[in-house]
Amino acid sequence: MADKTLTHQEFCSELRDGMTIGIGGWGSRRKPMSLVRAIVRSGVKDLTVVSYGGPDVGILCATGQARRVVYGFVSLDSIPLEPHFRNAREQGTVEAVEYDEGMFQWGLYAAALRLPFLPTRAGLGSDVMRINPHLKTVASPYEDGEELVAMPALKLDVALIHMHRADAAGNGVYLNVDPYFDDLFAMAAERTFMSCEKLLPTEALADEAPLQNFKINRMMVTGVIEAPNGAHFTECPPDYGRDEAFQKEYAATAKDEAAWAAFRARYLDVPEDEYQKAVQR
Amino acid sequence: MTATRADICVVACAEAFRGDGEIMASPMGLIPSLGARLARLTFEPDLVLTDGIATIRADTAPVSGDAGEPVAEGWMPYRFVFDTLWWGRRHVMMGATQIDRYGNQNISCIGPWERPKVQLLGARGAPGNTINHTTSYFVGRQNARVFVDQVDMVSGVGYDRAAQLSEQQRRFHEIRCVVSNLAVFDFDTPDHRMRLRSLHPGVSVEDVQEACAFDLVVPDDVPETRTPTPEELALIEQLDPEGRRFREVAE
Repeated sequence: MADKTLTHQEFCSELRDGMTIGIGGWGSRRKPMSLVRAIVRSGVKDLTVVSYGGPDVGILCATGQARRVVYGFVSLDSIPLEPHFRNAREQGTVEAVEYDEGMFQWGLYAAALRLPFLPTRAGLGSDVMRINPHLKTVASPYEDGEELVAMPALKLDVALIHMHRADAAGNGVYLNVDPYFDDLFAMAAERTFMSCEKLLPTEALADEAPLQNFKINRMMVTGVIEAPNGAHFTECPPDYGRDEAFQKEYAATAKDEAAWAAFRARYLDVPEDEYQKAVQR
Repeated sequence: MTATRADICVVACAEAFRGDGEIMASPMGLIPSLGARLARLTFEPDLVLTDGIATIRADTAPVSGDAGEPVAEGWMPYRFVFDTLWWGRRHVMMGATQIDRYGNQNISCIGPWERPKVQLLGARGAPGNTINHTTSYFVGRQNARVFVDQVDMVSGVGYDRAAQLSEQQRRFHEIRCVVSNLAVFDFDTPDHRMRLRSLHPGVSVEDVQEACAFDLVVPDDVPETRTPTPEELALIEQLDPEGRRFREVAE
């Protein structure tokens, strides 16, 4: 099996302007934040970010790297509204594509299965149809003839996910109670980069969790980046909870440009190991 | 013990789940959560409730204080939530930043969607919820900026929007009720316009109409929202020993 391990620096060189990047996790939960920080350092721009959004979306809006955000929601969970995303939307600095969160899953699943769309009832009658004039309906070809929303595939150039444990070949294991939609992100993407809390020899993975937690297999993964505390400041139980104090500090910087500049200089424009040193307190 | 307004809201939320049987109750927020739990402990013992994360809890845990070790009876990660809601075995009680006379709900943004004055959560699951299964709403601070003439974005589908769909498309749509800090509302009118179903004790029709930007359907005789029984009050106290409900709904 090939060794797919990369450094954060090597990961950066895989990124290009204008890419469509899907980011796994959910809200402020198990987000591949070290990879998001690497995107900031890389300086790539004009990104389309596809996410069950949390601070990943907020940060890439605040740095101006996200030109477009595709989402069902953007939230920090314990802070319901993501303040940097709010700024971007209210100041009109980002293009938005908003779906129902189940439609969003269907879009990823369609892309994963190489289908042009998947039918769903979700969206009918709502303004999701008005704000997405590209959405079309499709009639069931069977006797019922039911008219459904044809949710188009959400194809990704790159997917980023964070797992608790992984091997160098790209097999990934989650240890918390929810796999979220990380496997769908991976399968919807041309290439997937997976960060992990701990890199282990393949034979050690089975000691970590039952087989059904091996949600990511190496066919889905292009590169593996070991990133202890890599989901910080989002939660990554059982390894660690959300750093609520740090999240508050992050959220507060949305009110004040100087505070954001200081936050960025201290935490984002630095290599990952310096970030990790800065947040050890 | 006398019932507070918060307790009355909890009972009204519990009543929203009456008759639901063995389905998943998905209450969003503290008062609806207390309501669903109270319903399960009293008249709807078969309701399925999660811990708000991914564990289906067989035991009915308090919402404040020590929630204890869960008695897990099942697994409900987000993708099973989506499956369950498209399957229809679910009744959600959501909040609403705006709601109109036909029960259209908005949690996306205030102002034009293209360039909002205030960006909120986004549509979340509201479009899919409302078209697939029973939905109710809870509003902790009713006023005319929440009960609006027209919502800025239809996240949750109301009855006038559903009426524009085919009968087949809208067959699972039901907005059962809206519970606010002032009253309970339903849509049991010929054209499904919002009707004042009951007034919380001490609230007048005028109070409610003043806190509402559209004309409510007001029957000649509006009953009072039922107050908790002593047993229910004791259960609510057990479910919320720290009294967090009093911070959600003022007296």
